[in-house]
Amino acid sequence: MSNNVLVELSDALADAAEKAGNATVLVNARRRMPASGMIYASDLILTADHIVEREEGIKVILADGAEVSARVAGRDSGSDLAVLKLERSVETVAEATKSPARLGQIALVLGRPSPNGIEASLGTVSAIGGPIQTGRGGMLARYIRTDSISYPGFSGGPLVAADGTVLGVNTSGLANGAAVTIPADIAWRIADTLAKHGRIQRGYLGIRSQTVEIPAASQKALKREQGTGLLIVGVENDSPASKGGLIVGDILVAVAGVPVLHHDELFTRLDGDVVGKSTPIDVLRGGQPQTINVVVGER
Amino acid sequence: MNFNGTFTQVIDELVQRVMPSLVIVRGHRFGAGAGIVWDVNGLILTNNHVVGRRTPIVILQNDREYESRLLARDPDVDLALLSIDATDLTPLQPASVSPRVGEMVFAFGHPWGQRNTVTRGIVSALVSAQNRRGDTLPVVRSDTPLAPGNSGGPLVNAKGEVVGINAMIIGGDQSVSIAASVARDFVNKVLANQKVDEHQRQRTPEDVI
Repeated sequence: MSNNVLVELSDALADAAEKAGNATVLVNARRRMPASGMIYASDLILTADHIVEREEGIKVILADGAEVSARVAGRDSGSDLAVLKLERSVETVAEATKSPARLGQIALVLGRPSPNGIEASLGTVSAIGGPIQTGRGGMLARYIRTDSISYPGFSGGPLVAADGTVLGVNTSGLANGAAVTIPADIAWRIADTLAKHGRIQRGYLGIRSQTVEIPAASQKALKREQGTGLLIVGVENDSPASKGGLIVGDILVAVAGVPVLHHDELFTRLDGDVVGKSTPIDVLRGGQPQTINVVVGER
Repeated sequence: MNFNGTFTQVIDELVQRVMPSLVIVRGHRFGAGAGIVWDVNGLILTNNHVVGRRTPIVILQNDREYESRLLARDPDVDLALLSIDATDLTPLQPASVSPRVGEMVFAFGHPWGQRNTVTRGIVSALVSAQNRRGDTLPVVRSDTPLAPGNSGGPLVNAKGEVVGINAMIIGGDQSVSIAASVARDFVNKVLANQKVDEHQRQRTPEDVI
């Protein structure tokens, strides 16, 4: 029995662990046991924010055992992601997947909590959900859960597809200690922002709202099928919303042209690039659509 | 490709090939563990902690029971070598190279007394455990579910070669198997000592009981 599908699968998994493992590093930035991270660009490490307990004197150990000093380049507790800048460039960079995780897909969870070698466990993608509030003040548009074992120190390490590409970043810091995976496209986008600006801006309007049904007649006026919107039940004084002209009784239906059906979606719409900019907010006022420009503030 | 059919088939082949080499090692007073047929003429490898004070009973897959002789035991590597009066057994081969992190492994044993159980996992880490003497011992950690009764049984790779001897008693929350290289060295040393024994008609006090 030399080569059969079982041996091939087994070899492929070991190859995937080796490939992604070469870009998976040990991150020593806290007093208790070290955790993991991955090489996101030649001199940048992407890791979990909650394992970074100090800003300086951070040690990163690469797959070849070399130790490199690092400092925090950007961090965001809301998404539990941090980007560290390495003192020198390294060669092996993690490859983000081009095909997002699918339910039932087999996936490896990798970590490097000890300098003695890469560690892995195997599971399947058991849920893809979101958006959820992270409990750290952020909003995660999508998340992945797997049925694999997350060993201690695995936070910041990659979830890896059978071809060795990275499906996401694992962390136990977002869901009361349970392991969740931040999908690679989201994690990479946040990492880009963190590397450039050092933080993630979160937008602020200054409204209180509740989800309400949109009557059929108003949907007709909107010229699209949108079952729900956000009824504004309070506007704070001197807030961006009040300055822009939003009033109690408006039903908010879209931000920057993207429909908003629920409260959670408003959070994700207000993240990042809209902060500080005049942003068109679509409302129903007296049953008729109106667009009101609001300069989104920062929380 | 009929992936489903072939995949099921190769796993079935693997199980069929390994299972004849899995034995039950039953103490006289306490519960049972597993053991591995190590050669055709009745050498059985198991964990030291599975072997009680008296030599255990070995039960083969054909349900035949044998009184065993204890050739050697070493608590520092948690291994024991037994011998039974049987021939034409089906032994397992130890893998010639150490396993890779990520490769698939299968544990054979009798967890919680459930006979002939197979559990699947991957190699999680290749690490060193420290024994009571302070010596380091290479072990294979895996995400394979193990339970009491798996002790002494084989952890095999996708080719059916032994990569470890399951010995969860050493570890904490993870499944721990003693590396096959340790088992091979242990058996070779015992057999070498035995040859000396036969030649000199005397016993080596530490290794042979």
